[in-house]
Amino acid sequence: MELGRVEGTVVSTAKTSRLKGYKLLLVNLIGPDASPGTNHVVAVDAVGAGEGEVVIVVRGSSARQVDDLSTIPTDTSIVAIVDSIEYRGKTVFRKSS
Amino acid sequence: MKLGKVTGKVWATAKDPKLNGVTLYVMQPIDESGKALGTELIAVDTIGSREGDIVFWVGGAEATFAFPGRQIPSDVTIVGLVDRLDIHGT
Repeated sequence: MELGRVEGTVVSTAKTSRLKGYKLLLVNLIGPDASPGTNHVVAVDAVGAGEGEVVIVVRGSSARQVDDLSTIPTDTSIVAIVDSIEYRGKTVFRKSS
Repeated sequence: MKLGKVTGKVWATAKDPKLNGVTLYVMQPIDESGKALGTELIAVDTIGSREGDIVFWVGGAEATFAFPGRQIPSDVTIVGLVDRLDIHGT
């Protein structure tokens, strides 16, 4: 899996019928210290993630192991919203409540 | 499978129910000499590893078979702890 920060919503009307009703988010892939990265992915949201949140992204066919997504054409899914990250002995990220 | 080093831990309350009870680590893929290979990943732990441990991990669809009898949405799963690496022929 990879860490990412939700940077936006992908709005799409014309899409494959099996994707209808799913929320698509634009996610910036970030480092373990929550530093911004240069790559972005479009991910199906399985956990109700919101703008600015740090999330865990799963790729490949594993992305369809979420119950709701087993027959959905996705290779990138958000499966968790991160509360905190400890990296090399230090707390480098904590979700603001 | 590939080698890696556990470098951190991630906590997440809101997650897919299939990931409940699972420990998530930050893991740096490494080569046989311990040199970092590529970017760090978030991995599901199945063996009770700890920060600093050298482990081997499985990627892709096979990572979903982390636990007996169920599949989880993981593409990086730690499946073994390295006690020692014996490199022959050098």
